Amino acid sequence: MDLEDIEIQLFVQAMRLRHGYDFSDYAPASLKRRVHQLVRTHDSGTVSRLVERLLHEEGFLPRVIEGLSVPVSEMFRDPPVFRALRDKVLPVLASYPEINIWQAGCAYGQEVYSLAILLEEAGLYDRTRIYATDFNDAALAVATDGIYPTREARDWSRHYIEAGGSQSFSDYYSARYDFIKLDQRLRRNVTFFNHNLVTDEVFCEAHLILCRNVLIYFSNGLQDRTLGLFRDSLVRGGFLCLGTRENIDFSPSAASFTHVDGALRIYQMGGSGTKALQR
Amino acid sequence: MTPCEAIVMGCSAGGLVALERVLAGLDPALRQPIVVCCHTGSPDVSLLVELLHRHSRLPVTEARERERLQPGTVHVAPSGYHLLIEASHRFAISVDPKVAYARPSIDVLFETAAAVWHERLVAVLMTGANSDGALGLKAIRDAGGYAIVQDPATAEVDVMPRAGLDIAGADACVALDAIADALNRLCLS
Repeated sequence: MDLEDIEIQLFVQAMRLRHGYDFSDYAPASLKRRVHQLVRTHDSGTVSRLVERLLHEEGFLPRVIEGLSVPVSEMFRDPPVFRALRDKVLPVLASYPEINIWQAGCAYGQEVYSLAILLEEAGLYDRTRIYATDFNDAALAVATDGIYPTREARDWSRHYIEAGGSQSFSDYYSARYDFIKLDQRLRRNVTFFNHNLVTDEVFCEAHLILCRNVLIYFSNGLQDRTLGLFRDSLVRGGFLCLGTRENIDFSPSAASFTHVDGALRIYQMGGSGTKALQR
Repeated sequence: MTPCEAIVMGCSAGGLVALERVLAGLDPALRQPIVVCCHTGSPDVSLLVELLHRHSRLPVTEARERERLQPGTVHVAPSGYHLLIEASHRFAISVDPKVAYARPSIDVLFETAAAVWHERLVAVLMTGANSDGALGLKAIRDAGGYAIVQDPATAEVDVMPRAGLDIAGADACVALDAIADALNRLCLS
């Protein structure tokens, strides 16, 4: 085994044994890149020196967690997905007296606010509760504030229109200097909290779960476990939305889901008629 | 030279024409998987895949996460995601921050490929308007792999091949029209 791989294993062990975070079932190539990025960020020189700080330095863990979760997103990323949610999924959700949505791996919260806008415009938001979870507390804090750099937000207005938005995107935020702050009314039915898909269990009965570009960092086994978690959380006929390049062909749990829009990775739990996903 | 087990290619501005030219010249008997990272700026690469498919005698597909690399197949990195190679010879994707202002980044593909194949890898860096790929090419050469850089004089935009030569150097620096032959010679044996 080469030295690099030994060091990565030591890092994974230290995270698990010292701090209870299990990264052993993450897809190795990305994890390795992120660990090496941490080495550069903290000027450690080697992964072993990073491990030493992880073991001995009080307060170092959150900075490592932040580096390992690298939350990157934007509002209405992949506009056709949000258009499909608006056109195909929300009309079904409208038949429930109360709607529970789980945004799993919400990172900095851009998609949570996108979803809230979608629900608001569909007239459904007042009977919806969004559970927005992530294992990175620093990301959750950013998500709760809903403040983003203006330069990142430049494309969002266009995305919003492409996603079929019916108002003006600028109605939803106020701009100050180099930042925009999203209307805090959008947060009124959102509960942000810490949940780790690797170790935590189901906590609600959901009608829709969004988990986009999170499982791409998981090995097949962990991807399957997580899809099982989603299956157990969803009501029969509930919806699951993954990232547009995700592949669940290797997961036995995927057999519980049928396609709503295969290309956009929108699925439905249980049979409502469409062909069952089967390997 | 050690037998080559895989080919990785990177390009950006001017890349479509360059890729068409190279793929058209590749011998259909090649058994190595070929992985291409080309910055396109478009939200999906289906058009690129289709255009390349018309010129290539080897099949061209978009790389899918978790799938195994296929022999004698050209896999194109999806738009908006980094494409990585796992030790299991399967693809992984990520939405980590851009590297060298790009996602997919050639550096990410090249660095992960270098870690998998070491000296059994051939890399090609061609026309492009930024320096993405240069550090990846260095990682490949440091691991013993073979680097072909398009002669900047024959590149539509010479920034990328120049950066590759400056930072990594090359085992061969050849004109666009000679790249396919070089690959055929290195990889058919």
